[in-house]
Amino acid sequence: METIRLHKGLDLHLKGEAQKKVLQALAPEVVSVKPSDYRSMVPKLLVQEGDTVLAGQFLFSDKKRPQIGFSSPVSGKVKAIVRGEKRKLLAVEIEADKDIRYAQFEPVRVSSASREDIQKVLLESGLWAAIIQRPYGIIANPEDTPKAVVVSGFNSAPLACDVSFALKNDVDAIQIAVDALAKFTSGKVYVNIDAKEDGASPLSMLRNVELTRFKGPHPAGNVGVQINHLCPIGKGEIIWTVQPQALAAIGKLLSKGIYDVSRTVAVTGPRALDPGYVKCVPGTPMSFFRKAAGVQEDEKLYGQPVGVRYVSGNPLCGENVGENGCLGFYDDTVTFLTEGNYRELFGWAKPFRMKKFSTSKSYFSWLAPKKKYEADTNVNGGERAFIVTGVYEKVLPMDIYPVYLLKAILAQDIEKMEQFGIYEVIGEDFALCEYVDPSKIEIQKIVDQGIDLMLKEMA
Amino acid sequence: MNWILKTMDKMRPTFSKGGKLGWLHSTFDAFESFAAVPATTTTGKVQIKDCVDIKRVMSVVIFALFPAFCFGMWNTGDQHSMAFGLQWGFWMKVWYGFYRILPLILVSYIVGLGIEFAVAQVRGHEVNEGYLVTGFLIPLIMPIDIPLWVLALAVAFAVIFGKEIFGGTGMNIWNPALLARAFVFFAYPSTITGDTVWIGGLGKHADKVVDGFSGATPLAQLADTGTSPDFLQMFIGNIPGSFGETSTIAILLGAVLLIWTGVASWKIMVSCVAGALAVGTLAIGFDASVNHLVMGGFAFGAVFMATDPVSSAQTETGKWIYGFLIGAMCIILRLFNPGYREGMMLAILLMNTMAPLIDWCVVRKNIRRREKRAVAAK
Repeated sequence: METIRLHKGLDLHLKGEAQKKVLQALAPEVVSVKPSDYRSMVPKLLVQEGDTVLAGQFLFSDKKRPQIGFSSPVSGKVKAIVRGEKRKLLAVEIEADKDIRYAQFEPVRVSSASREDIQKVLLESGLWAAIIQRPYGIIANPEDTPKAVVVSGFNSAPLACDVSFALKNDVDAIQIAVDALAKFTSGKVYVNIDAKEDGASPLSMLRNVELTRFKGPHPAGNVGVQINHLCPIGKGEIIWTVQPQALAAIGKLLSKGIYDVSRTVAVTGPRALDPGYVKCVPGTPMSFFRKAAGVQEDEKLYGQPVGVRYVSGNPLCGENVGENGCLGFYDDTVTFLTEGNYRELFGWAKPFRMKKFSTSKSYFSWLAPKKKYEADTNVNGGERAFIVTGVYEKVLPMDIYPVYLLKAILAQDIEKMEQFGIYEVIGEDFALCEYVDPSKIEIQKIVDQGIDLMLKEMA
Repeated sequence: MNWILKTMDKMRPTFSKGGKLGWLHSTFDAFESFAAVPATTTTGKVQIKDCVDIKRVMSVVIFALFPAFCFGMWNTGDQHSMAFGLQWGFWMKVWYGFYRILPLILVSYIVGLGIEFAVAQVRGHEVNEGYLVTGFLIPLIMPIDIPLWVLALAVAFAVIFGKEIFGGTGMNIWNPALLARAFVFFAYPSTITGDTVWIGGLGKHADKVVDGFSGATPLAQLADTGTSPDFLQMFIGNIPGSFGETSTIAILLGAVLLIWTGVASWKIMVSCVAGALAVGTLAIGFDASVNHLVMGGFAFGAVFMATDPVSSAQTETGKWIYGFLIGAMCIILRLFNPGYREGMMLAILLMNTMAPLIDWCVVRKNIRRREKRAVAAK
């Protein structure tokens, strides 16, 4: 097995890491499915309020690619269809049954099945949405043949879900899924594991895949970084990526014929009282995670009361969903962070800021490299132009000039964006660049804008 | 300390849009965010951010300038007392230096920040911190006797034509502080060249000077007489020159801080020295070229001016080339240009101009690699 060492990057040590235990809570009564989980997808609603649905039944489909549908993770009654401005569909809320009833699909024997058989059941069940393509990070096209399928078998982001813990009983299902995906690609199926875990990762038992160890700090676990080192994407090339927990769901679908997307989710963060893991489906409301892990309600920072931010995802790449939000389709981590809406007198001028971490040596966090910090959501400064150079490259282990790409995006120069590697990145790969940026530029947003522009221009 | 926050809360409505002084909101914001890190929270997918910001980065540079500044105060007094035969003690010399530099700093900040605030106001931007450094750099690279009105004009020119017309800090092509110096050099050459401008009061009271005292900088002395003060004296910096540029040892202290905090690129500094030594060794031999490293503005330029992240090369490979060429160009100008003895300012400004070209070549390689990969895949 090859080991790829990455030297650039940054491991953040934050308080509130999930303990390796499964927390219990009453199953949620209402589960939501949000079109906004799926990048640049315009939904077409297929159900009405009051309809009863089974788990695996479409709620809405992609307007541009109607064969791709999005299913309810639970069975129950459509409680509400939530719309926003200009009647934009925001969410479909399902009142869940106590016991989930599954729509039954035809199980597939992968060894003898053709690509078409597997594709049919993936599309029919709505699990096709779990397959993401690079470039752009959108749902894959069923007509495409990718040059490889790449699976990152671990998370390196701070506080993120431990994939090995979450998947310890699902190796058989994942084996079925990787065997199935191998039929779609002209190349290999790559599965990448953490060099730190080595044999301990359940994924290292997989057969018929190209296993690679990655060693180094975050973002070594980002699939985009791994692709850049294994099989970089050129113009016109396509690679598919699937998250490991989604592989388990694909395996269950192919073997049992049911749409079972339940997963093990890490409930983490400095404001979680008892951080741990829970079993749930995507769309589970935050109230469920609050009950499971508990939330530290009243807290003060610098003498000012600070609230809780509910994030679906990890602190570097997540969505602030609010107290009433829910777990996103692709997320396996929930983080309770401290809202940073406080003012810190002469914060920037203080010689020491013990509560805060900085990569800059002008603060003194380098003296305590193992210390864990209670990160909050304060921006810690105002937005400025690109001034400091060299800081972004230190946390981006890819063969890319980040600032040049970002400036090409800001200038909306498609040709330059291509030249600087827009096909190889999505926002999460730039998360650390944004984290360390002293100019406080919203770098992930810029990358997302660039991708939206490419999608519009290439359509 | 909470009274500061409370006072700001009370004042905010007056300075907000629709308030009596609403048109001054950028100025108010600048002071408010200076006094307290604002309560803004992240809105994107990155939920948390590092606590370093541009204010911190800029204050590191100011700290790094302090040794050179302090030495400059003493040296200004020392040179003055030597020129006029005064028996001054240490603190008297420092006091004289402080008394002479203060007006320069005040003019630099008042004119420069005034323009910055006004432009931020018009554009509706936040006020950039960049000028806090530039405004401190400018007095340090001027002769102490420069007329304040010339300084004010130079600052205005540098800020408006060096920075604001490009869009402010981060968008400029040339180092604004050096542009101010270049402006004086070309528009009012008599205030910044010759042997009488470098020592306080020497121009006005030439009749009272001690016999035999020349006031020439080591570079001028070298060009005119072929000799220079000994290396150690120049290294320590007890020589005539611009206020902050004379002491290489004080500048090196600043360099250590800049490199340690990663605010300035050590690659530029190292390659700048390498470039100077390379050309110098070829032209005048190694020993003579080492002297050039401690003369004039070389050290100050290499540490504080060439490393300005905005106007220098942006790529890591580019920084090596950029620094090397600055060092080389500086020595070429010093050795082969009879009309002008100091080459550092023009070398840096020239390479500022060339930096995007250097980067273009470096980045081009990355693009080629990507293109080749795509062709190979087909």
